Amino acid sequence: MTCTEFIALLDDIIDDSVAAETRAEVEKHMHKCGHCEVVFNTTRKTIEIYRSHQIYDLPNDLRERLHAAIMARCKKGC
Amino acid sequence: MTTIQSIAGQDEQHPDVALVQRVRDGDVSAYDTLVRKYERQIFRIAQHITQNREDAEDVMQDAFLKAYEKLEQFQGNSKFYTWLVRIAVNESLMRLRKRRTGKMVSIDEDLETEEGTVPRDLADWAPDPEQNYTQSELGQILEKTIKGLPPGFKVVFELRDVQGLSTEDTAEALGLSIPAVKSRLLRARLQLRERLSRYFHKKPGSRQAGPKVARAEL
Repeated sequence: MTCTEFIALLDDIIDDSVAAETRAEVEKHMHKCGHCEVVFNTTRKTIEIYRSHQIYDLPNDLRERLHAAIMARCKKGC
Repeated sequence: MTTIQSIAGQDEQHPDVALVQRVRDGDVSAYDTLVRKYERQIFRIAQHITQNREDAEDVMQDAFLKAYEKLEQFQGNSKFYTWLVRIAVNESLMRLRKRRTGKMVSIDEDLETEEGTVPRDLADWAPDPEQNYTQSELGQILEKTIKGLPPGFKVVFELRDVQGLSTEDTAEALGLSIPAVKSRLLRARLQLRERLSRYFHKKPGSRQAGPKVARAEL
């Protein structure tokens, strides 16, 4: 497996949706290619950080205000 | 066994279906439940596209009101949430076009660029690098980092990786093909990784610190 082939498969590797034989090739490649191993680990970490520290969160007071405004208009038939 | 499970899975009704039916029958409180369930997610999508807090607030309200008005048109062959996201994305793009005085903005804009498909920063990160920053600093870094990505990349990343939608549901919500979603997701992930690297490298002098080759500009 080449680095280009590895990158092309990166999403499937991260999402754990590669076939068992491909997975073995992927692991073999990562074992000998430190760069691809870094790319894999740091890309996975990127996703993990964005998932656990959600940006653009709606503060509760604003949420309640917008929610009330939406529901008031729905009740009036918009 | 697998077959029986998959058949059972297909028959299993999504909880939104019953709520949508109750709204159609005139029960506004069921819509209240749907709004509560999805308002945060819709706000985030709107903020990703518009990059403006007031616009995102307006889009969120307009999207829920439009969905309420058009509920009769909702066929039920897609999920309520993917249908709602589609409305919110369209509202967000309209708002963005207005702000940019009519300039065409699309989720499907030409993105045939090689940027981000070839990783350049190959130095390793510190273990748990986010812990070197306060919550507020980290929030700023994450916002600044994702801001520069094209709208189509940001929304695909948000839906697939942050909100956990399937590739199929993301494609349906955005009106994109499955290969288009996959291509945007790979590039979004790689570009974010590349941009975050400058903040998360191992500190010089730490064990196994790699050479710093971070790009100068975000």
